[in-house]
Amino acid sequence: MSDRPTEPAFDPDTYAQTVAGALGIALDPAWIAPITANLRVLHAAAETVGAFPLPDEAEAAPVFTA
Amino acid sequence: MSAVTDWSTAPAADIAAAFAAGAVTARAVTDAALARIARLDGRVNAFTDVVTERALARAGALDAARARGAAPGPLAGVPFAAKNLFDIAGLPTRAGARINRERAPATHDAALIARLEAAGAVLVGGLNMGEYAYDFTGENVHDGNTLNPHDFGHMSGGSSGGSGGAVAAGLVPLALASDTNGSIRVPSAFCGCFGLKPTYGRLSRAGTFPFVGSLDHLGPMARTSLDLALAYDAMQGPDAADPAAATRPPEPVVPHLAKGATGLRIAVAGGYFSRGGEAEAFEAVAHCARALGVTRTVEIPEAARARASAYLITAAEGAALHLDRLRSRARDFDPAVRDRLIAGAMLPAPFVERAQRFRRWYRDAVLALFETVDVILAPSTPCRAPRSGQATFVLDGVELPVRPNIGLFTQPISFIGLPVAAVPVRLDGGLPLGVQVIAAPWREDLALRVAHHLEREGVSLAPVAALESA
Repeated sequence: MSDRPTEPAFDPDTYAQTVAGALGIALDPAWIAPITANLRVLHAAAETVGAFPLPDEAEAAPVFTA
Repeated sequence: MSAVTDWSTAPAADIAAAFAAGAVTARAVTDAALARIARLDGRVNAFTDVVTERALARAGALDAARARGAAPGPLAGVPFAAKNLFDIAGLPTRAGARINRERAPATHDAALIARLEAAGAVLVGGLNMGEYAYDFTGENVHDGNTLNPHDFGHMSGGSSGGSGGAVAAGLVPLALASDTNGSIRVPSAFCGCFGLKPTYGRLSRAGTFPFVGSLDHLGPMARTSLDLALAYDAMQGPDAADPAAATRPPEPVVPHLAKGATGLRIAVAGGYFSRGGEAEAFEAVAHCARALGVTRTVEIPEAARARASAYLITAAEGAALHLDRLRSRARDFDPAVRDRLIAGAMLPAPFVERAQRFRRWYRDAVLALFETVDVILAPSTPCRAPRSGQATFVLDGVELPVRPNIGLFTQPISFIGLPVAAVPVRLDGGLPLGVQVIAAPWREDLALRVAHHLEREGVSLAPVAALESA
């Protein structure tokens, strides 16, 4: 049995309404569905990027140069 | 030159040559451009502002200078227009947004407008765009959509939709545009134009409204590769007013254009860039490859993750830029843009930082690839221009939303700032397609040489849309 706590499921609805308060953005209820749809896409993109094993030494460029 | 009857549909190089030879006045060319805009733009909706008085004054000054014996600039007498995120003195800088038109009028022109005018070009107006450049469609809820001049039922592509529409419709031979994730390359493909997205940092962004600072590029769109090169050469050079501008001296391309593809190691991008689109998008690439005698394929590593990273960074940086407006003016945004920006504001910081760290890895991996190849060919878009208002399309059997997915082949390239000449390709009598001619950083010369070669071979052409007979 692993000691690792169970990973909670991502609930974009609850997340959006909570974080909106922290950001100071007043959400019209009609906006929730499209915002959460976008959050799902962003979450999937973050999982795609996060799955790539980067060395700890791979630092973000402080100033991006081509 | 005497055969030219409508100077507004002539290439910039021909106009400048005719002006230099005394065969035409800047006033006559400007009059022709303004008349064509007045006659046709009501159907295309490419322009949001036409600066008639300014353009006529500028043309008159050019004619007077020539009469005094002054040497004409390389773009003397050439009309051009700029996406309305470029500052135009006397106008509020819209950036496609309702909110922005409340801004005070700009007091100076954007750096690239000033540089084109220093080369003799004549600004005739500001061009429509997707709100705050967060768009691939060319649709705008405030100013109306720019329609595709080759078929009004289809998208122009965006966010530089007005730039693509104006060039394809022959309203101007040259337009300025911006490209954060594909906003020059997508409308170039859909409208059948040539476009140049230079290396990140190559052309000054001073005096333009930003979107994503670490991804924003500016560049020209035109109907010939020579016109792109002429404009690009006129705009190069450092600028302390843009913190990302490189300090490199100008490296003119025009003198090298005629070398074409001779001696270059060219390959087609495989893997990610060979699937996820309609067959004709890949046939356009193959068409160019055949003309260049290219049989080699290379794989750009981890392109899907690069695209995902660009998507995350765009969402977060764009949202941070607009956070105050999202708090105070959310209802004044285009709803589609607002919802994406609000979601971006909610991204956890480690997700964005991870994408930035991946960017470093990916940049190093792709630069290593350029040790064995000079130019890489890839599709500009996964399909021809979708119908106006189309919300979804089917790619590889999967139904996807149109708006964010049009740029799936452009995003992995601009993510690390590589220079791209976007070339138009017509496979048949239908709408055009586009191919990205991609080079290593600071090698715009190679991308433009290949574009010029393809044009010379008749593979890549950008005819004016047949509006007068439509």
